Amino acid sequence: MKVHEYQAKQLLKDYGVPVPDGGVATSPEEAKKLAAALGTKVVVKAQIHAGGRGKSGGVQLVDTPDEAAKVAEDLLGKPLITYQTSPEGQVVSQLLVEMALGIATELYLGMVVDRATETVAVMASTEGGVEIEKVAAETPEKILKEFADPALGLMPYQARKLAYGLGLEGKTAGAAASFILKLYQLFVDKDCSLAEINPLVILEDGGVIALDAKLNFDDNALYRQPEVTKLRDLTEEEPLEIEASEYGLSYIKLDGNVGCMVNGAGLAMATMDIIKLAGGEPANFLDVGGAAKEESVTNAFGIILADKSVKAVLVNIFGGIVRCDIVAQGVINAAKTLDVKVPVVVRLEGTNAEEGLKLIDESGMKFVTAKGLKAAAEKAVAAATGQEV
Amino acid sequence: MSILVNNNTRVVVQGITGREGTFHTGQCVAYGTNVVAGVTPGKGGQDVNGIPVFNTVAEAVKKEGANASLVFVPPAFSGDAILEAADAAVELVVCITEGIPTIDMVKVKDAVKEKGVRMIGPNCPGVITPGQCKMGIMPGFIHKEGRVGVISRSGTLTYEAVAQLTELGIGQSTCIGIGGDPVIGSTFLDLLKLFNEDSDTDAVVLIGEIGGSAEEEAAEYVGEEMKKPVVSFIAGQTAPPGKRMGHAGAIIAGGKGTAAEKVAALERAGVTVSSSPADIGAKVAEVLGL
Repeated sequence: MKVHEYQAKQLLKDYGVPVPDGGVATSPEEAKKLAAALGTKVVVKAQIHAGGRGKSGGVQLVDTPDEAAKVAEDLLGKPLITYQTSPEGQVVSQLLVEMALGIATELYLGMVVDRATETVAVMASTEGGVEIEKVAAETPEKILKEFADPALGLMPYQARKLAYGLGLEGKTAGAAASFILKLYQLFVDKDCSLAEINPLVILEDGGVIALDAKLNFDDNALYRQPEVTKLRDLTEEEPLEIEASEYGLSYIKLDGNVGCMVNGAGLAMATMDIIKLAGGEPANFLDVGGAAKEESVTNAFGIILADKSVKAVLVNIFGGIVRCDIVAQGVINAAKTLDVKVPVVVRLEGTNAEEGLKLIDESGMKFVTAKGLKAAAEKAVAAATGQEV
Repeated sequence: MSILVNNNTRVVVQGITGREGTFHTGQCVAYGTNVVAGVTPGKGGQDVNGIPVFNTVAEAVKKEGANASLVFVPPAFSGDAILEAADAAVELVVCITEGIPTIDMVKVKDAVKEKGVRMIGPNCPGVITPGQCKMGIMPGFIHKEGRVGVISRSGTLTYEAVAQLTELGIGQSTCIGIGGDPVIGSTFLDLLKLFNEDSDTDAVVLIGEIGGSAEEEAAEYVGEEMKKPVVSFIAGQTAPPGKRMGHAGAIIAGGKGTAAEKVAALERAGVTVSSSPADIGAKVAEVLGL
C-alpha cells in the first residue's frame, strides 16, 4: 500500500524524524493561509502517489501567499501527468505547502526488505535528488549499504558508518545517524516494504531533514496496522482493482483485449504470456484464488467484462482443490446473469475437468471449449479479432 | 531416493482442527502420506479422523515420532508455529499459509536457519514425492513416480507443468512449490543443490516468475555446478512494472526482476528455457532424449 508524501511525513514526525514545517491544502484559500502562517518562501507540492512530480510542474517554489494561491489554483482539480502515471495522469486534490529551506547538500536514504540477503537493507548515497536506479546501474560504488540483523535490528554503529561514509562530520553526522535509526524503527514498527527519503537534505545550518518522503507498506501486514490502513486513498487506485479486492480476487487491468480468468497467480501470468505468444494482448491479470466458488467466478466475470476493451474471455482453470465442475457452473451462471456478448473460451484441466466440460457443453450456450493451454490461447486470440472459432 | 519427503516421513499437521487443516489432512492421508499427529493448542487429547491431536509439536514428536510439520495456521500465528516446529527439532517444516507479513518471515527464516531446520514456503502448495508422500495441497493424481525434479514459485502453474510431464509419460522424483513470497524458507538454489546430489533425479524443471533475483542465483549455480539438465519457464513476460501480480513477491521493482533478465541469465548458464508455458513437458522430453 502506498501513502501520500504528507502522510509519510506525519509518520516520520511521530518518530522524531525532522521534516519541514507545513500543512495540507485542498483549496487556493487554504494554500494562501498556510503560506501566510509559515511566513517564508514556500514550496507547493501536488500530492499524488506517483513519482516524477517535480519534473512535471507538480512542485513549485513561490515567494508570497498570493503566489501560493495562484499555483494551487493551477494544480488542484487537474490531472498531473508524470512518467509514473497513466497517460491521462492523476487528478490532484491535495497540496502540501511547506516552508522552503536553505539547502546545502542533497543526499539519498532508502530502506527496503532485501530479498537476496533476507534482511532490511539500508542504502545511502551522496547522489541525492536523482533516480537511485540510475545511480545503482551506473555508479554502484556510490551507494553505501548496511544490512540489519533480523534479531538485533539496525545497530547504531551501522548508522554511524553510513553517516560518516556520506562524508558528514561533527553534529551533522550524529544527526544523520539518529535520523537513520529512527527511520529504521518506523520501518519495522509499521511493516514498511519501502522507505525512501530522496532527497535527504543537509541544511546550511548543519541540520538534517527529510525534504521528500515515500513510504510503502506490506499489504500482508495491514491487519495489524490499523493506523496505516486508514491512510489508504482509494481515489489513487484503479476502481476495478478495488472492486476485485473486495471480492477477494486479485485483478490488474492491462491494455489488451483478451480478458483472462485463471486460478493461481503463476498460471495467471503464464496465461497472459501465452496470449501474447499467440499474437494477442491480455486485457488483465485475474487470479480467482485457490478456493474459487461459483460466486467468485461470477464476480470475476463481472469485473473482466466491465472493461469495455475486452473482446473475448479466456477461462483457464487447473483444478486442484478447486473443482472444475464448480467453476463451470459459475461460468454458466455468469454468462446467464451478465448477458455476456463476447466469445468465451473455456479450458478446464485437473480435478473434475470432464464433469466441468460436460456442464459447459450441455448448457446450450455458446462457449468454446479447448484442450490444452496453447489451443485455448489461440482460440481466444482468434475470437478477440472476430474470427469464427 | 527423492528429496525432502519419502515413505519414512512422519507428518504432524499444525492447525489440524481448522477447516483447511482438516480437509487437506484427509487428502494427504488418502494419498498415502503417513500423518501421525496434529497440533492445535488447547485441543490436545482430541482426534481428527483417528489422528491424535496434541497441544504442542514437542509432544507430537515425542509421542508419535513426527519428523516433519505441515503448517495450516492463520498468517498472524504462522511465524510462531514454524518456530515451534523448528524448536521441536522436526527435520522439515512446510508452511502453506498465505499472507504472512514479510518482516515476520525475515525474523523466522533467520531463527530457523540457526536451528538447522529446512523450511519450505510459506504461501506455497507444498512438497510431493509421487507414490510416497504428499505434504501439501496439490492434487495428487496428476503426479507420476519418476526421475524429474520440479521446483516452482507457483501453485497451479506447477500443476500445469507436472500434468504436461505425466501426459508425456515422464514421472517426477519430487515436486516442490517454494512459495510466492519475497522471503521464503528454501530457494531454487537450496533445492537445486539437493536435486544435484539425488541419485534418483535425472533432470530438473525450474519454474520462476518476475520479481527478486532467485532465478539469477540459481542460474549461477547451474552454470558452475549442476551435473543434470535444467529446463525452465519464467512467468510474467507480459507483466507491467511496478504492479504486484498476485504473489507478494511477483513485482518488477525499480526496473529489476524482469522475466527477460531471468531468461537471459538462465540461458547463459545452459538452461533450456521454454518461452511458452505449454511446452515445458516437451522441452524436458527433448533434453532427456525421449
